[in-house]
Amino acid sequence: MGEIIVVTSGKGGVGKTTTSANIGTGLAAAGHKVVLVDTDIGLRNLDVVMGLENRIVYDLVDVTSGNCRLKQALIKDKRFTNLFLLPAAQTKDKSSVSPEQMETLAKELKEEFDFAIIDCPAGIEQGFRNAIAGADRAVVVCTPEVSAVRDADRIIGLLEAAELRNPKLIINRIRPEMVKRGDMMDISDILDILAIELIGVVPEDESIVISTNRGEPAVLDQGSKAGEAYRRITRRIKGEEVALMNLDVPSGLMDKLKKLVGLR
Amino acid sequence: MLEFISRMLGKESASSKTVAKERLRLVLVHDRASISPAMLNRLREDLVKVISNYMEIDEAALEFNLLQDDNEVALVANIPVVKMKRDYAAKA
Repeated sequence: MGEIIVVTSGKGGVGKTTTSANIGTGLAAAGHKVVLVDTDIGLRNLDVVMGLENRIVYDLVDVTSGNCRLKQALIKDKRFTNLFLLPAAQTKDKSSVSPEQMETLAKELKEEFDFAIIDCPAGIEQGFRNAIAGADRAVVVCTPEVSAVRDADRIIGLLEAAELRNPKLIINRIRPEMVKRGDMMDISDILDILAIELIGVVPEDESIVISTNRGEPAVLDQGSKAGEAYRRITRRIKGEEVALMNLDVPSGLMDKLKKLVGLR
Repeated sequence: MLEFISRMLGKESASSKTVAKERLRLVLVHDRASISPAMLNRLREDLVKVISNYMEIDEAALEFNLLQDDNEVALVANIPVVKMKRDYAAKA
């Protein structure tokens, strides 16, 4: 019996789709049978992030409305034979699927896969309610900004109201040099406010832009810092205890001077 | 002079992250209580109306706030009483 994990955030543009793609690919690379489900109907993107946009025939709405069987709509990944994508419909809207239909789909996916990663759309309306409908666990993605943390707080409240207890937090796009300067909220600041368990911290990394350009998830790039962060998150999702990445910036001349004067 | 050196070396008294955290703390008090400023205002008016049946209060000096400590939000009202109303005092 598999597990359904929803990746959500409230705010748009914080990295839900990138996170979904990387966690899903990471779990597949570890040998699990995985399906990625894009529930952002009308604004699908998981297909391009995965580099599978040219292979779409059927989509999520075709499956839930009975136009095709689940197996017909699943797209095989280029890299792993045990990784699949169920793309969102692009020409319909969020109301073309109901939470009840998503629950039915979730049951079917659990029979077939070890993990289903649900990429949730931004917002708290029907798209969100659909995405969380059949989920067993939730991962909340948040960047170290006031707006993202506020929306994450709202989402955590809504998840708990929907009985999705103990959501886990991913802090995305953290910039260690800004944190050090005191110009960006730190991990502890955000945990202090949101009061949920942390499952990973992903540093801001240009390699994410490059990997998205290519349609190759960064988790497979051994030289990518963000990729390393996602590899660790993947292991934590499987229940392993993994230390946080060391994100310290090397101290420069100014720091040494400050230390000397006793200001640090 | 020391302050100047501190500033030069980048040790500002209020870093922007502290500002961010404080603003978030305040905004989340309201978000979590899911009470809008408009609703808070209505509640305040209703409260004043009810209390005014029993006592004369100083509306100008009335303090009415949602406060948060740790994981609790509390509605704290400080309502200065000018005098008790005679008719209610007599009835009691």
